[in-house]
Amino acid sequence: MFHIGYQDSDHRPGAPNLELQDVTVAYTAIGNSFRQDVHYALKNISFKAEVGEQIAIIGPNGAGKSTLLKLITGIIKPESGQILMFGKPTSQHNCIAYVPQRSQIDWSFPVTVEDVVMMGRTRQIGFFRRARALDKEVVRASLERVGALELAKKQIGELSGGQQQRVFIARALALETHLLLLDEPLSGLDLPSQEAIFKILDSLRADRVTVLMATHDLDLAAEHFDKIMLVNKRIIAFSAPEDVLSPENLLAAYGGKVASSEPHALAT
Amino acid sequence: MHWLLDPLQFDFITRALIAAVIVGIVCSILGTYVVLRGMAFFGDALAHTVLPGIAIAYLIGWPLAIGALIFGLLTALGIGVLTEGGNLKEDTAIGVIFAGLFALGVALLSTSNNYTVDLAHFLFGNLLGVSSTDLWIIGVLGTLVLGTIFLFYKEFLVISFDQVLAVTLRLPRQFLRYLLLILIAVTVVTALQVVGIALMLAMFVTPAATASLLTRRLPAMMSVSALIGAFSGIAGLYLSFYLNIASGAAVVLVASLIFVLVFLLAPGRGFIWRQNNKTINR
Repeated sequence: MFHIGYQDSDHRPGAPNLELQDVTVAYTAIGNSFRQDVHYALKNISFKAEVGEQIAIIGPNGAGKSTLLKLITGIIKPESGQILMFGKPTSQHNCIAYVPQRSQIDWSFPVTVEDVVMMGRTRQIGFFRRARALDKEVVRASLERVGALELAKKQIGELSGGQQQRVFIARALALETHLLLLDEPLSGLDLPSQEAIFKILDSLRADRVTVLMATHDLDLAAEHFDKIMLVNKRIIAFSAPEDVLSPENLLAAYGGKVASSEPHALAT
Repeated sequence: MHWLLDPLQFDFITRALIAAVIVGIVCSILGTYVVLRGMAFFGDALAHTVLPGIAIAYLIGWPLAIGALIFGLLTALGIGVLTEGGNLKEDTAIGVIFAGLFALGVALLSTSNNYTVDLAHFLFGNLLGVSSTDLWIIGVLGTLVLGTIFLFYKEFLVISFDQVLAVTLRLPRQFLRYLLLILIAVTVVTALQVVGIALMLAMFVTPAATASLLTRRLPAMMSVSALIGAFSGIAGLYLSFYLNIASGAAVVLVASLIFVLVFLLAPGRGFIWRQNNKTINR
């Protein structure tokens, strides 16, 4: 029942970093167990992400982008299907990192930037032990890499939106992630802050970290990612940006609404 | 200074003082997690659900702490199990168990001849009646609670701050959640004699809430909370001695007064400070 003391290491070489096999997620509402009709948040999702690929997940509001990311973390359980990482169930890995939407975090929580990044080291430090010099060095290096070293002693509520996102990416780095999931990290950020995040993601290519990012911005998705996954309850298309962003695909996902919200986005 | 030392010539006052300090510290430190995780209702409920345990122990002549401990642990596990499947909302499950068990406790106690006096002691504490056995129990349980918080500090921090991180790190979330519930149950038992069932919640919530207005990191919040808890215990006991008021209530009143002062005056975050800033910015 508990995975105390599990060591992460069993990465079968050559297997895709992430593989979902026919995964379906039902809506679950508390106190609603008598309901007859079942709706699906996600249905029959199958795809593979190769090591080092950077993938944008796009789709309308309520399409299941966040659900898909949370499903991969393990906090949402699938009704059916399998989620594998390097050929083994994701529950056997602790190298997945999730950067939450900003609204999901209590920014008044009494922790500093340093504390948050150190949380990513919890597993490496181990039970009943304190942070070693190595852990402190990793935290420092991670913060430096996202350009947030000077923020180390600040309480997290004192940060700007872009700084908050970068700190959580630093936490992912400190965790030594092989699979980075980001949930709408760009929303509400100004252009320089968005560019700063893409610079960090580009630097992760050298480390072969696989990236999945949920976003609303089709332009940025097309510009910065190897592949785009177009989602609306199911996968409508998953391929290189120029193949995915066809009028037919977008119509299938957005049902015509895309023309008003993103007038210049596509079909170029 | 003789007003400070005079009460100490009575052994029962010295024992009460030591108990109040230990309980003030333990409740306030554990209380930081109660406040940060939004478990105030749970803490209040646990305080009330130990009553049947106390009543049974009292009626058959066992140490009250043992009865309280058994019922506290049962409640902690019961609420955990009821809410785990997601069929009942947590506050609903807590409410049902809270009221039901408290009623059972009152019913059991009402069979005793000395019903009203006993009930008052359990509800509002009996600080001046702390025996040396009680003191030992308080000391051992308090050390156990603080030791566990120390050992699982960083894991408790993660499950309190970010559930998804706890999942991706594959931390034993259920185990940690139950452990925290059990710690609250054990702490309730230590605090029974000091503040009693009805005012217990204040010891969990008030010093920690005050500390949260003054600090920016969890270790600092815990230290300040512990200081406020310990000070409230001491000051409350002296107030109770000189003004001849109920001791548990005096302890809680001191803690509440500190909260109000800090809420109004805290640098940067206090009410007055914010009002001033508004005027300046206008």
